[in-house]
Amino acid sequence: MLVIDKLQVYYGESRILNEVDIQVPPGQVVCLMGRNGVGKTTLLKAIMGVLRSRGGSITYDNQNITRAPAHKRARAGIGYVPQGRGIFPYLTVKENMLMGLEALTARELKAGYDAIEEIYTTFPVLKAMEKRAAGTLSGGQQQQLALGRVLIRRPRLLLLDEPTEGIQPNIVEEIEALIISLGKRGDMAILLVEQFLDFAMNVADYCYVMEKGHIVAEGKREVLPEGRIREYLAV
Amino acid sequence: MESLALQIFNGLSTGSILLLAALGLAFSFGLMKVINMAHGEFIMIGAYVTYFFQAFLAVPLRGAQGPKEGLVFLLSIGAAFLITGLVGFLLEMTLIRRLYGRPLDTLLATWGVGLILQQLARSYDSRNLPVTSPKWLVGAWMATPDLALPYKRLFIIALAVICVVLIYLFLYRTRNGRRIRAAMQGREMASCLGVATRRVDALTFALGAGLAGVAGSALTLIGQIGPQLGTTYIVDAFMVVVLGGVGSLPGTILASVLIGVFNSFLEMSTTATLGKVLVFVLIIAFLQWKPQGLVALRTRS
Repeated sequence: MLVIDKLQVYYGESRILNEVDIQVPPGQVVCLMGRNGVGKTTLLKAIMGVLRSRGGSITYDNQNITRAPAHKRARAGIGYVPQGRGIFPYLTVKENMLMGLEALTARELKAGYDAIEEIYTTFPVLKAMEKRAAGTLSGGQQQQLALGRVLIRRPRLLLLDEPTEGIQPNIVEEIEALIISLGKRGDMAILLVEQFLDFAMNVADYCYVMEKGHIVAEGKREVLPEGRIREYLAV
Repeated sequence: MESLALQIFNGLSTGSILLLAALGLAFSFGLMKVINMAHGEFIMIGAYVTYFFQAFLAVPLRGAQGPKEGLVFLLSIGAAFLITGLVGFLLEMTLIRRLYGRPLDTLLATWGVGLILQQLARSYDSRNLPVTSPKWLVGAWMATPDLALPYKRLFIIALAVICVVLIYLFLYRTRNGRRIRAAMQGREMASCLGVATRRVDALTFALGAGLAGVAGSALTLIGQIGPQLGTTYIVDAFMVVVLGGVGSLPGTILASVLIGVFNSFLEMSTTATLGKVLVFVLIIAFLQWKPQGLVALRTRS
């Protein structure tokens, strides 16, 4: 589904990603781990197209999208929930949801509207708060909104940046169950950035560990020794 | 008492024109962080469109006060919106988007464009040009026996109200309006959801330019028009944007009414120059107290 080959990304003159290679196959949850500031978020932004890459290539669905702008990638089926959730604070919850359908063609819209109702049954709190400005929601509710907004258009590649950060435990459990069920469905590839090891171990099929802009360890969840990952994550 | 009421009324109608002019500035700054110095010339273009409609359509056919002159005038307002909007669209496509993320360069370049547009008008005719108002706008409504409210100014206020209602409906009830608001609040996120933000920019810019054109049309009712018409209003329009708070429709409305009323009120009680200075001082003092402007957007995150 997604193949990243020797990707290089710079902020100005400083190199953030140095020849990163990763793969995300369909139907799998791939977890990207590492300490703060090693380039995990940068990698997701580069995949989404928010940041330009200076070298290497991003191949999605057998197409080279290294130079495509973000909205084209979104329309090709890449969904992104950024760190900090990226909801539009002055739009209502409903309007935020409707923005999630922007990537769809006119013919797909009908299914999109139905998908909003489906998400409302998964996250009933969103239905109850439909007319409220999204900025007044709690952090957990905003995270549910951001997830719902991206899922209604059924992305084929989902990029999640620390979906559990700063969120109350019961919602973390809900999100965990959701990610596992999305992975099991088999038609979606999920790339998850996570610092919380237990959460990652519960949902991931495959893990990459990043340090200083480079992948330093990788493997299936079952074979990757937890102790070694902990060493990489220790501050 | 009557003269006070009249000053407030005049202030309201000046404020209405300011509002139409300032909305475009507020949009382009709120969405693209672009300071468009050519915006005053959009006002001028709108005024000239109305002039041309009268000079080349109404007058040759039936004389300036012919039977259909009111219709031609109304049509010219629509035409001013469309033509000025088109000019704005072209400016965005050819210049502004190429300078994206370079605010100082944009400021200088649009100032240059403004000068070019002014010179174009001056080359056509360097004098001020009169536009004859339609007959049904001549005269005044006697609100009380001593208070005469000119129909022209009532018309301008009504025009601004209609425009604001339409803008509100567009922003809050249409998909394109929702895209504009979303892009203002999170440009990067909007593009990650599939919004072609550059198209939204062009549309928004054209809309703002078109509104300035309508303001120009309205100005033909108040006085003669000339190449410098825009420069008179652009400073006040910028003050409206700053005072109102960036990216807030209610703030922009409130600020234009306030600046319009204070302008005309202080000009009456002092002199024209001193009145302007006092308004300026008041705004600076207010911004020291509330740097975000009248209506500040706040978020929980």
